[in-house]
Amino acid sequence: MESPEHTPNDGVQSRRRWISLLLGSGVLASIASFVYPAIRYMIPPPVGESTSRSVVAANVNELKNNSGKIFKFGSKPALLIRTPDGDYRAFTAVCTHLNCTVQYRGDMHQIWCACHNGFYDLAGRTVSGPPPRPLETFQVNVQGEDIVVTRSA
Amino acid sequence: MAGLYRQILAWLDERFGAGSVEEFLRHKTVPIHRHSIWYYFGGMTLFLFVVQVLTGILLLLYYRPTPDDAFESVQYIVTQVPYGWLIRSVHSWSANLLILAVFIHMFSVYFLKAYRKPRELTWITGMLLLFIMLGFGFSGYLLPWNTLAFFATKVGTEMAAAVPLIGTWLLTFLRGGEEVTGATLTRFFGFHVAVLPGLTTLLLALHLLLVQHLGMSVPPSVESAIEEGRQPARSMPFFPNFLLRDMIGWYAALGVLGALAAIFPWELGAKADAFAPAPAGIRPEWYFLFAFQTLKILPAKILFLEGELAGLIGFTLAGIIWVLVPFLDYKAGFGRVTRFFTGLGIFALGYMVVMSALALR
Repeated sequence: MESPEHTPNDGVQSRRRWISLLLGSGVLASIASFVYPAIRYMIPPPVGESTSRSVVAANVNELKNNSGKIFKFGSKPALLIRTPDGDYRAFTAVCTHLNCTVQYRGDMHQIWCACHNGFYDLAGRTVSGPPPRPLETFQVNVQGEDIVVTRSA
Repeated sequence: MAGLYRQILAWLDERFGAGSVEEFLRHKTVPIHRHSIWYYFGGMTLFLFVVQVLTGILLLLYYRPTPDDAFESVQYIVTQVPYGWLIRSVHSWSANLLILAVFIHMFSVYFLKAYRKPRELTWITGMLLLFIMLGFGFSGYLLPWNTLAFFATKVGTEMAAAVPLIGTWLLTFLRGGEEVTGATLTRFFGFHVAVLPGLTTLLLALHLLLVQHLGMSVPPSVESAIEEGRQPARSMPFFPNFLLRDMIGWYAALGVLGALAAIFPWELGAKADAFAPAPAGIRPEWYFLFAFQTLKILPAKILFLEGELAGLIGFTLAGIIWVLVPFLDYKAGFGRVTRFFTGLGIFALGYMVVMSALALR
């Protein structure tokens, strides 16, 4: 049996659904427009990387054989080593494992990260411990009194 | 005294319905059986949290969250401000005892299967509170801006970079840039004194409401002993009987805190220097030692994954399983003995203890 109000009621139902959809998507869109700037706000603008590719790391009289020194290279620490034979080597001082700052261990003739006991040899290669990759190597030149460290292009 | 108490109750009852306030307070009872001692650790955690809020507010009077001032301001608090050493040491010691109390509370709830139906949500809110407490510990650790904290934060946030897809975003969000700098300190300060306290207030209210509504859980072994008539079902009112016992514990805890702060004042260490190597013997707070030791042991590569990512995936999965235990161990809700989950708990506890011990070696 057909009820007389069946058809008009259906119309009301579908119109109501349509209005709910419009209202719902409008509210969602407005919420998205509030949230988006807030999420973007959480990430600061990038800092301009230091453009200089080389830096004076030390003075020639500064390091004895079999010792090391941390110096500032751009915004990151780097490590200058004078090997037991008197050669200079330079690496990034940022451990490839979890970002700690490494140091030279004269007693072991190796580079050591104290955080999780990672060791690198004098060529920056991993010897033992968790570091997954070797340390980035820099070029070292002695120019007069200055020891100049250069990042390869 | 009793007259005033009656008057206040009468005043409240006039507004909120006869007996409803007293009824609310009397509703909760504490079951008495051989495991009742474990009921004290939730209240102990709450007490230590209140100590944290109060001493934290006091520290805020002098602390300055910038890389040039943070270390110096904490130094000023512990050397110049009257009783500053006490307030700062109590805050640090209480933080550590709080984490200890949280872990005891969690493991006792776990082993006594208090998470079983109908208390699943109590367990989940509790676990979220535990994660927030660890967040408090991690963010608060950086605030004195000393060397140990600086490298702990470097390592801890670097872990976030291993998360697939959003790793870089997460790292930048946490650090306020690519590196751990003054921007990180400002952020961590905001998390520590605003974001986390706000979240804690919400979740704590929910957690306590659930405990009040559902009442205290009785362990399955005791429950079956009562059902079989081997032991009577005994209980005491929470208010005031159990609360007074709680307060004795809190009073003792306050004494322990004062003694620890006086005998072992919390060290400040050396000011953080972004261009100094990580010091020898560096390690995180004791409650992160098991994760730290795992990272140390994991090889650089496990199959095709980097060691740290494998570790992160392992801990995340373990965490998710742990949070969902009330649903995985649903049989405990029908009063069944579920030895597998007891074994899992013993394994988790054993793993944490053994790894922490190895890290301290």
